[in-house]
Amino acid sequence: MADNRISGGDNSPQNKIQVRNLKKNFGSLEVLKDISLDVAEGEVVVLIGPSGSGKSTLLRCLNQLEKVTSGQIIIDGQDVTDKHTDINKVRENIGMVFQHFNLFNHLNVMKNMTLAPVHLKTLSKEEAKVKAQQLLERVGLGDRAEAYPSQLSGGQKQRVAIARALEMNPDIMLFDEPTSALDPEMVGEVLAVMKELAREGMTMVVVTHEIGFAREVASRVIFMEGGYIVEEGTPDEVLNHPKEARTIDFLSKVL
Amino acid sequence: MMTLIQTYGSMLIRALGQTILLTGLSLIFAMIIGMIFGLMNVGHNRVLNLIGTIYVDAVRGVPLIVLAYFIYFGIPAGIQSIGITGFRMNALQAGTIALSMNCGAYMAEIIRAGIQSVDRGQMEAGRSLGLSYSAGMALIVVPQAIRTMIPSIINQFIITLKDSSILSVIGFPELVNVGKTIMGNTMKCLETWAIVGIMYMVVIITLSKVSKKIERRVNRGR
Repeated sequence: MADNRISGGDNSPQNKIQVRNLKKNFGSLEVLKDISLDVAEGEVVVLIGPSGSGKSTLLRCLNQLEKVTSGQIIIDGQDVTDKHTDINKVRENIGMVFQHFNLFNHLNVMKNMTLAPVHLKTLSKEEAKVKAQQLLERVGLGDRAEAYPSQLSGGQKQRVAIARALEMNPDIMLFDEPTSALDPEMVGEVLAVMKELAREGMTMVVVTHEIGFAREVASRVIFMEGGYIVEEGTPDEVLNHPKEARTIDFLSKVL
Repeated sequence: MMTLIQTYGSMLIRALGQTILLTGLSLIFAMIIGMIFGLMNVGHNRVLNLIGTIYVDAVRGVPLIVLAYFIYFGIPAGIQSIGITGFRMNALQAGTIALSMNCGAYMAEIIRAGIQSVDRGQMEAGRSLGLSYSAGMALIVVPQAIRTMIPSIINQFIITLKDSSILSVIGFPELVNVGKTIMGNTMKCLETWAIVGIMYMVVIITLSKVSKKIERRVNRGR
């Protein structure tokens, strides 16, 4: 159903992400069946759907944490499914935030943030530190640079994880259920950071169960089930006036 | 007992030195072997996985004494039988190879288990920032794995130190071999083996005390 959008968007420079006929199998299990999707610069796309619908897998295919079975994914004009593409280079421009934060447990907050840019020489050690401090201030954790992950709350860990991804100066951010592992009272602080990012024009793809966030921030909501995109449109279209029976059924359970 | 120590003390100390030399060399090589095969086994390359598995299974499946005989007597005989003469290996060389191979196989398993104990998300987070697999291993996974590996590694060091006594069978002049000589000369079985036993014990208890210290220091940052 997303296919009829292709003709308009092909190779147009404002498309940060282009997914064409993506299929992904885990063994004999087909997780993604035929996904095509464009994400324009500055767009915030929110993926919703029941667990097992393939939304996290789709997200993880975008930066090739999962290898695709077939199909094409083009990020900033580069085909990441092509073996000759330097995927590490592409990933420098795609930040990812994980459900379980995945902070480096053996390093303090500052080192968590500066490790990649210093190792990859995108920033000098001093530049990386200054930038990290600025980003920590921005996410409200300017005083926790020396703390170890084990000394932080879940919400703080996730804000550090977002800041760590931003330290690489990405132009796309992927969020894989960023608030699902948080205690309810910490969800707000993480969503607030994400909202600010969206306001600043970051291109974002977000897998979440936070329908409220989708309604408020998304430029587009995509409902997935069974490895297909079932329905997509503005938050108002998909969340308030869903057309597909499966979308209606899902929303009736989560709203 | 005192006369035994007076007469054979320096000989026993030298033998202990040989034991420590053999064990020390073997541990260094075993760490390298263990690192190589351990990393082979955690990667996703099937050929490397297979090589790693074969090594570990083959070496663990053979008693150290058989491995020592095979390397010390078997290999030179084999080389001679294909017409190359003059190949020689001394007991230290053969002993170091046998002990390194043996300890290396166990070390590979310790390293594999240690690396696999680190949450997959750690590597994924590193890769998502643009780090290569090897950078992710070196900077993120291995430093965390080492913490969980240290007790097992020290334990393996102790086992290998004790196993070095098996190399008395190929005539290497380590502690047990010298103990046998002294027993043969003096017929003082009780005293001789008590002294040899205590010498091992002193070294091993020192080693475990040091390891406890290292463990505490490494865990402090957690």
